[in-house]
Amino acid sequence: MHLFTLTAVEAAQALQRREISSVQLVRDIYDRIDNVEPQVRGFISLLSREEALAAAENVDRMLKQGVSLSPLAGIPMALKDNICTNGIPTTCASLILKGYRPPYDAHVTTALREAGAILIGKSNMDEFAMGSSTENSAYHLTCNPWDLQRVPGGSSGGSAALVAAGEVFFALGSDTGGSIRQPASFCGVVGLKPTYGLVSRYGLIAFASSLDQIGPLTRDVQDCAYVLEIIAGHDPRDSTSVSREKERYTAYLGKEIKGQRVALPVECFGEGLEKEIKELVMGALAKCTEVGVSVYEASAPSTAYALPAYYLVAPAEASSNLARYDGIQYGLSIRSGSNLLDLYYATRSKGFGAEVKRRIMLGTYALSSGYYDAYYLKALKMRTLIRQEFESIFKDHDFIVTPTSPTVAFKIGEQKDDPLTMYLNDIYTITANLCGFPAISIPCGFVEGMPVGLQVIGRPFDEGRMLQFCYVLESLLGLKGRLAEMKLKEE
Amino acid sequence: MKISRKEVEHVAALARLAFSPEEVELFTRQFNDILDYINKLNEIDLEDVEPTSHVQPLHTVLREDEAVPGDSALLEAVLREAPETENGFFKVPPVID
Amino acid sequence: MPAAYEVIIGLEVHVELHTTSKMFCACPNRFGAEPNTNTCPVCLGLPGSLPVFNKNALELALRAALALNCRVNRYSRFARKNYFYPDLPKAYQISQYEFPLAAHGQLAVYKNRELLRNVKIERLHLEEDAGKLLHDEGQAYSYVDYNRCGVPLVEIVTGPDLRSPEEARIFLETLRRTLLYTRISDCKMEEGSLRCDANISLRPWGSETLGQKVEIKNMNSFKAVQRGLEYEVKRQAEILDRGGRINQETRRWHEDKGMTDEMRSKEGEQDYRYFPEPDLPPVIVEDSLLTRIGTELPELPLPRYRRLLAEYGLTPYQAEIITGDRDLADFYEETVRIYYEPQKAANWLLGDVLKLFKQFPGAIKQSPFTPLHLAQLLKLVDGEQISGRTAKEVLEESFNSGKMPELIVREKSLGQISESHELEKVVDTVLRENGAAVRDYREGHKKAVTFLMGSVMKATGGKANPQLVIALLEEKLAKIGE
Ligand SMILES: [Zn+2]
Repeated sequence: MHLFTLTAVEAAQALQRREISSVQLVRDIYDRIDNVEPQVRGFISLLSREEALAAAENVDRMLKQGVSLSPLAGIPMALKDNICTNGIPTTCASLILKGYRPPYDAHVTTALREAGAILIGKSNMDEFAMGSSTENSAYHLTCNPWDLQRVPGGSSGGSAALVAAGEVFFALGSDTGGSIRQPASFCGVVGLKPTYGLVSRYGLIAFASSLDQIGPLTRDVQDCAYVLEIIAGHDPRDSTSVSREKERYTAYLGKEIKGQRVALPVECFGEGLEKEIKELVMGALAKCTEVGVSVYEASAPSTAYALPAYYLVAPAEASSNLARYDGIQYGLSIRSGSNLLDLYYATRSKGFGAEVKRRIMLGTYALSSGYYDAYYLKALKMRTLIRQEFESIFKDHDFIVTPTSPTVAFKIGEQKDDPLTMYLNDIYTITANLCGFPAISIPCGFVEGMPVGLQVIGRPFDEGRMLQFCYVLESLLGLKGRLAEMKLKEE
Repeated sequence: MKISRKEVEHVAALARLAFSPEEVELFTRQFNDILDYINKLNEIDLEDVEPTSHVQPLHTVLREDEAVPGDSALLEAVLREAPETENGFFKVPPVID
Repeated sequence: MPAAYEVIIGLEVHVELHTTSKMFCACPNRFGAEPNTNTCPVCLGLPGSLPVFNKNALELALRAALALNCRVNRYSRFARKNYFYPDLPKAYQISQYEFPLAAHGQLAVYKNRELLRNVKIERLHLEEDAGKLLHDEGQAYSYVDYNRCGVPLVEIVTGPDLRSPEEARIFLETLRRTLLYTRISDCKMEEGSLRCDANISLRPWGSETLGQKVEIKNMNSFKAVQRGLEYEVKRQAEILDRGGRINQETRRWHEDKGMTDEMRSKEGEQDYRYFPEPDLPPVIVEDSLLTRIGTELPELPLPRYRRLLAEYGLTPYQAEIITGDRDLADFYEETVRIYYEPQKAANWLLGDVLKLFKQFPGAIKQSPFTPLHLAQLLKLVDGEQISGRTAKEVLEESFNSGKMPELIVREKSLGQISESHELEKVVDTVLRENGAAVRDYREGHKKAVTFLMGSVMKATGGKANPQLVIALLEEKLAKIGE
């Protein structure tokens, strides 16, 4: 049996029982990478086998000495390339940060390192996390392991594809408008965007600061709970990181979900949603009712305005966050001109791709004098309305369930030249970001061989019960931990 | 509200981005499509709604006023990433306003 | 001064707060370090870094707000001010915009102890400082040092209330004194911890509308503020006299050339695209905090001046000098607390002591000479243990060594000889050795006693108590005559 087919928790348990070693896991993972990575191309940078083995040996040594380690010690994983790793290139899939080695670790990098997880590499993404297909990477495409002609989703497409292809046991992504959940849905894995403030953003290269959250992409719900337990928690270096007691998410798993109340917003099941996807989501909920969950229709009319609000707030913040890439301190710097303005224009025009420029332009416009009230301020007000609607639904429902994405993974190149259509991919996911609510996508079936995701949105900091709900649903659906079947060049 | 080529050029200057005339043309078109969509917001009366700039409950986050001296290894790593440095300074082309 | 126009001036003052660490990171807030050594990912604006607000910066800014009689906004928040410049590593400055920390304050400005004006403080807000860009004239490069980047500042904006360049200077000096008093900033214009830009316009007397204002930058001393604005008044008046129009522009003062010239603007038309800083939650000022800051606020110069007049009967001149410096005023009041002779204490303090303080390299507080020293010295003089002249020597010695005056007097045997039996011996010797003078005295030349007195003083090295010597001489001379 190949070790890479195990879930992270299965592998970890085998490791703790000393049936296998971390070195074996790492070897197996690198063999798998050698086999499938040329087709998937989920990594932007890969650590050398030797480096990863050295870290694995260290974990094995500690296990041998009886040192008590975190449950995920010795497990190979990947980080999205917008998460800072000290001395290891962190490029945001942008030319402007080509080769940039941050001098410090992100909070989550430190947390995972201290937990003994083994970093294998940095995963591909849409440039600066702007996109829904990973086609906006300045370096290369990533293919969906379920169908190499299709996109893996985005922006955390590399992370989702690597997990689905068995190249790592889990990965972290970041989610600003659906960037964890949509690729999780497209690649048939579990993806969680935690409540805003649950996971420190320190060291996450910002796209839209008021929306960004880091979260896990995993093979199943249990893995998700374990990873979340490691990365969640207060960090004094992030002023928006919430100070609350650490929770044991794994303790929720296996508990009954009888009596829980689920709301289905009618607005998320109408026009634009593929019929088969709707049927899969409804089918999954029907199974829930068998175990005592009640499902109600609800209405959140403001969600129709979530996308326009999002496409003001996110680009506006991005235009400011990305202004620092100016060729002065680090990264690309084109100094052939004679003065500073030349440097700015040349560096930024060459360093950013089309989509990033489009959003910088949109955001700059939305904030520029004379338009702030007409655009940005309205978007902030819309945010209030949407949140109020969701809060009122949460008054008598535990969760809101929607499809994660209106479609399955589309063909590479299909939406490349149509930004607006591409933006519609986020239609069900962005509300959670605008409101700061936690949301998770889990696989709920297949349409024409492509995975479909179901999204559960919860109340702030209700990740524990969301995981509990999804854990039951996952086992009812029998879709736990399925890897994409890949044709290998040679076995 | 329609955005003109000229406005696109002005916004590009604010963002320090240079575009070819064709790119400006394309951007102006795409911009207007996106803005049409965004203008949906005008359908709603938001007059009396409070804006949400932060999703979390209000409370001030402060740190104690304690200094940690600069880290020379970190500074070294930072300067290594810089396109040009001299004597510990970042070097930049002359500022022509 | 061309009298045809009324001069209208408003100031924008930036003051660095006297904190230990920077505004949003733990780097030291210190002037004069090697380039870029006081930096970290946060103040360098490295990708992924995030700001965390310094509690002391908030408290100092609140103290400034209260010292300037501002209304503190219980809800304020940070905003990003976006512009490109190499000294601004994030390409935005964290500042405050729609919701400043405080507003609606005022500061009374006096000239020669007469109220000139109550100057409105329109707003007071928090922001981070930028780094420093060094240009070498004619060099092909500029150099950036981010040590100052992220140092906490308050920006204080006055109303268009000042009516002359001199008033502007006096306002700035008053502001400086207030901020020094409250220990908010060290206010060193030459190190840039106090910086001042001005908006100035002219209008014909009696006009209700404001003229076109011009912004003046780069006035790096109090004198420069006055000179720069005087130049600008003249320049604008000449243009108006010719029937010309004032351009809306920013001008730079050149201290060496004694003139302003137009600065090329940074970004054609500035558009800072302010929006709420998402990385920092709003600042909520609780009652308890504001009350505590209010309680801790020291007495400000003006009320203290009034109290010193009333409480100690000082002259306005004395009170003004003493309250001009909080350390000096504290020194004075502490001295008087131990030694209640307010006039004597003031005379000594403003005379010889102040001279020494002025030569002392550090602050008054750091001097080894304390109110306890001064009080003891004055008591020695009062008790006639030392003469006034000796007291000055002791003061100097005490100032240099920090030794208590009593100890110095004892160690150096500087005490006045007031013991009569000791003096008697000297007097006897002098009388014996100066028979001629004794004779003169007995023959009615009473002035001879002055000579004898001088001889005694000479013999004792000036330490003899003069009253006692006279008494002894007269007593002995009378006896000789019997
Ligand atoms: Zn710092």
